[in-house]
Amino acid sequence: MSTAVTHAPAGKPGKRSAPIKGRFTPWFFAAPGLLLLLVFLVLPFVLALVLSFTDQRLVTNEELGTDFVALRNYVRLFEDDSFWAALRNNFYFVAVVTPLQSALALVLALLVNQKLAGARIFRTIYFMPVATTMAVVAVIWSLLYAPDQGVINRFVGLITFGMVGPHDWLREPGLVMPAVMLLSIWQGVGFQMLVFLAGLQSIPLDLYEAAKLDGATVKQQFLYITLPMLKNTTIFVLITTTIYAFQLYTQAQIIASSGASAPIDSFRTMVMLMVHEGFRNGKIGYASGISVVFFVIVLAFSMLQRVLLKEERAVQ
Amino acid sequence: MASVTMRNIRKVYDNTVEVIKGVDLEVQDGEFMVFVGPSGCGKSTMMRMIAGLEDITDGELLIGDRVANDLPPVDRGVAMVFQSYALYPHMTVAENMGFGLKLAGSSKAEIAEIVGKAAEILHITNLLDRRPKALSGGQRQRVAIGRAIVRKPGVFLFDEPLSNLDANLRVQMRVELTKLHKELGSTMIYVTHDQTEAMTMGDRIAVFNRGIVEQVGPPMELYHNPVNTFVAEFLGSPKMNLLPIKWTRNGDEACIEVGGCTIPWNGNGHGPLGSVSDDLLLGVRPEHFDVFDSGDTNGSIAAKVEVAERLGDIVLLYLKVPGIEQTLAVKVPEEGHLWQRGATVTLRPRDKTAMLFTKAGPRVS
Repeated sequence: MSTAVTHAPAGKPGKRSAPIKGRFTPWFFAAPGLLLLLVFLVLPFVLALVLSFTDQRLVTNEELGTDFVALRNYVRLFEDDSFWAALRNNFYFVAVVTPLQSALALVLALLVNQKLAGARIFRTIYFMPVATTMAVVAVIWSLLYAPDQGVINRFVGLITFGMVGPHDWLREPGLVMPAVMLLSIWQGVGFQMLVFLAGLQSIPLDLYEAAKLDGATVKQQFLYITLPMLKNTTIFVLITTTIYAFQLYTQAQIIASSGASAPIDSFRTMVMLMVHEGFRNGKIGYASGISVVFFVIVLAFSMLQRVLLKEERAVQ
Repeated sequence: MASVTMRNIRKVYDNTVEVIKGVDLEVQDGEFMVFVGPSGCGKSTMMRMIAGLEDITDGELLIGDRVANDLPPVDRGVAMVFQSYALYPHMTVAENMGFGLKLAGSSKAEIAEIVGKAAEILHITNLLDRRPKALSGGQRQRVAIGRAIVRKPGVFLFDEPLSNLDANLRVQMRVELTKLHKELGSTMIYVTHDQTEAMTMGDRIAVFNRGIVEQVGPPMELYHNPVNTFVAEFLGSPKMNLLPIKWTRNGDEACIEVGGCTIPWNGNGHGPLGSVSDDLLLGVRPEHFDVFDSGDTNGSIAAKVEVAERLGDIVLLYLKVPGIEQTLAVKVPEEGHLWQRGATVTLRPRDKTAMLFTKAGPRVS
């Protein structure tokens, strides 16, 4: 942020407020944003951290009160099989969805970036699921995954000539996560596509022309120009997709709530566990402990990603 | 090295917009040809068609003896220096310069040797490990030229390569490019809208205007013998003065009437009497006027000083002639004269320097 320096008007000696005013000007402009961040991000996190060392319950019980329990929530958490299952599910989801969704987004961006008739229509079509509520998407996909009349089973049967029989995608423990992944990628890929598209369109065309004169084929232009020039975009997409993937909740929760789902630990995620412990079982202290641990894990993962994929910061 | 021949080349966009309307031009082997013209005249499009970056709608392009219309850019034996330099930002200078060779399958040692030699020619050996973002404008310019050199092209194409540089660097690079042409002896085609670059660098200049070539020739020939008002005005700074005139007779002498004054045509009174209409323009370059203090206006043009710009060695006078809308530019040597605003002076075109043009543009011989 640039500092606005106001000079005291000439002919008004003794007014020494100008430099001070100048010093506070940036803070004045940043204040609304900082206030929102403080109230909705910093404060809840500090509260969660504090509560994680207590046995705070959702409905306060005056007889029992709230006590400081030191690290008991954390000890219990690491002994909880559901926690490890949720963590495993989260990592499984991230490990598959992040690279697949990013790669697919890049392919779609390359396709809709072509100067072809109808490219804009496809751009809109690919983006439409992003604008659709995840709850609606999850319900529709639940119908698509239906074991008897579901479109997915029919499609699988068709392309395998009936060799792969109908599956109960949302009830089989081994299939429920891939099913959630597929619908999540379908819903989210449009956003990353748009980011890649912006990245692609910011690459100067004369670089491609220079490469053509240097003798680069289309494939070589992609390898030596497009990919390196998309480095920062790719890093952004990978990190944001990872963070979004860690936050997996709505679609899995709707499947869990549909009644006839696979065993809960085969697809329950950290956020689901957190909500379950905090709002179903009323253990706010314990849920806060989960959220703090989860925050640290996501932060560490994102930072590791950032270190591994060094961003090209300097601007030409 | 190679010659470039353009035969009735046309370029039409979307079947409607014709930007090149039939260009016939031959660039000889080893020649430094400058395409000059205002923005939108088609000079860059013409160059891009030679490079293979634009399709040719109609006509024939020969590079050397080969018809190049449908050849991919890499097979044309041309190298281009872009206005933006178009250096690959993620590659070092050495990688930028050697990229074409790498794609062509040259060995690392071979690439290093060729890049090293080109870097020596351009004095950028110390920059080889840097990325473009760590280079100044002038250095980037050299790298872009270096990238062209290593490909050992038959034809170098320069698309306004100096327009992003500051004035001093532009002059320096202009000299260096001219020297480079002498050293390499390659065919070079250079696009610019800057008439100074065109005049100082080219063996020949092709003046483009609205998709056609108005005139081709050595710079001084174009300067002294422009075929029309467009070329006459485009070359030279300040541009040539074009004054509306009328023919009159003074006995047997041909005279012109300009701004209420009658002066003998070309000083000696002999001219194309009666053979031309009244719709004429008198073209006089700013340095071809003799300026006198107010006095006898007989045989001279009376004018008032509006502005005097002192440039050190010369003074540019901007003068107003009664009855003529446009301001006249006159270049006189700096001799300490005051040239006060509003002062009346008399002007006389020097003998045999003035040219006649019809109002439609073509020169009257």
